[in-house]
Amino acid sequence: MCLGIPGQIQAISDAAHHLAIVDINGLRRPVNISCIVDGDQALEEYVGAWVLVHVGFALNRLDPEEAAATLALLDQLDLAEGTADAIR
Amino acid sequence: MQYVDEFRDPQRARALLQAIDRLASQIHQDRPGPLKIMEICGGHTHTIFKFGLERLLPATVELVHGPGCPVCIMPRGRMDDAIALAQQPSVILASFGDAMRVPGRRLTLLEARAQGADIRLVYSPLDALSLAQAHPDRRVVFLALGFETTAPGTALTLLQAQDQGIGNFFILSNHVLVLPALEALLSNPDLHLDGFIGPGHVSVVTGTQSYQVIPGRYGKPMVISGFEPLDILQSVWMVLKQLAEGRCQVENQYSRLVQSQGNQIAQQAMAAVFERRHSFEWRGLGAIPASGLKLQSSLAAYDAEVQFDLPGNLVADHRACACGDILRGVKKPWDCRVFGTACTPETPLGACMVSSEGACAAYYRYGRLAQITSDP
Ligand code: SF4
Repeated sequence: MCLGIPGQIQAISDAAHHLAIVDINGLRRPVNISCIVDGDQALEEYVGAWVLVHVGFALNRLDPEEAAATLALLDQLDLAEGTADAIR
Repeated sequence: MQYVDEFRDPQRARALLQAIDRLASQIHQDRPGPLKIMEICGGHTHTIFKFGLERLLPATVELVHGPGCPVCIMPRGRMDDAIALAQQPSVILASFGDAMRVPGRRLTLLEARAQGADIRLVYSPLDALSLAQAHPDRRVVFLALGFETTAPGTALTLLQAQDQGIGNFFILSNHVLVLPALEALLSNPDLHLDGFIGPGHVSVVTGTQSYQVIPGRYGKPMVISGFEPLDILQSVWMVLKQLAEGRCQVENQYSRLVQSQGNQIAQQAMAAVFERRHSFEWRGLGAIPASGLKLQSSLAAYDAEVQFDLPGNLVADHRACACGDILRGVKKPWDCRVFGTACTPETPLGACMVSSEGACAAYYRYGRLAQITSDP
């Protein structure tokens, strides 16, 4: 319940109640997107966005540029010396 | 899956582990014991065990598992209240699955259901509201629990019930806040921690600014972290870097989701619905001032604590349980004498064994039944 999961908005199912269908790891779930709705944007524009879902509510959008920046930073660490037996 | 797999990349993990190793041995030189870093969230504890991160870290770095599992900290008396409610014939109690095994004084919700109480599992508070609409002749009570990650959902659901004039929907609020619990921990002189891995998803809602008191007042570095293995390793590295460079700040590793101001809409919904309790009892930690949320008095019509007669007893934790010391990082699960014997995930005695996010349950599930002495 307390573990948030990323999912991708597939469609808007009930605009009046801010309900969207979100694909979470292959499961399509109804998710309330009130917390990420910015009054100026049409709801349809959210289709395709990645969001973090907790107990049926989207708490924020995932920022692809920031995600890429985090990974790029990690790539700057010295990879050449990698010997530890890491994550499988 | 996107935003998941790339943060589990073994090659990047190897590079990070080496960087951690180098920094840790540099800082560790003039210290008697390992560097202790507490991860606050149960979700972090879960990842650490699932991926065996503890065993990959050098012996100079020790992870201490914090109080951030909202299911684990539900005190026995509050569970008794929920069970008493569920046993009323007019009531349907809607609960997250995680809460079903949390022991009250005599029963769990699962056992109460086997005895005939009408208890339904829900995935979202909105499912509980749908139950109320589908059963207008019954009174539907949502057993609300969780930190700032789930409280906005409860608040938005209640506002929707009010909007739609649904009169048979009630909330039993057990929502709690992270920062008061952390401050309670930090005020304990027994606690010896060098830094914190901060709550990533709670921070999506609260923002990072509210944690400034951790470096400010208590002098501990904090890195807000995501939940994948690379996130956690990077956060450990960032805490060590602060220690090595003599800095003490709140830093944000989870920038793909967390902004400094947090989510304003979620914050506003919480502010419209909840107010802080004078004090809330945490299983394992005792009463913590201003750490719990209840419904505002203007919403009393939806408040199960007002609308129903509840026993409201304070029930002390089990005698043998060492959860308090485990949550403070003073003891490890194997130091508890009932760990893995009288207390298992099937028959939990204490809070930390209740949910898969609790430290004792994680140690049990991933086979850490005794201290491993052959660690690097
Ligand atoms: S093993 Fe059980 S009783 Fe012992 S500290 Fe952990 S949860 Fe408490």
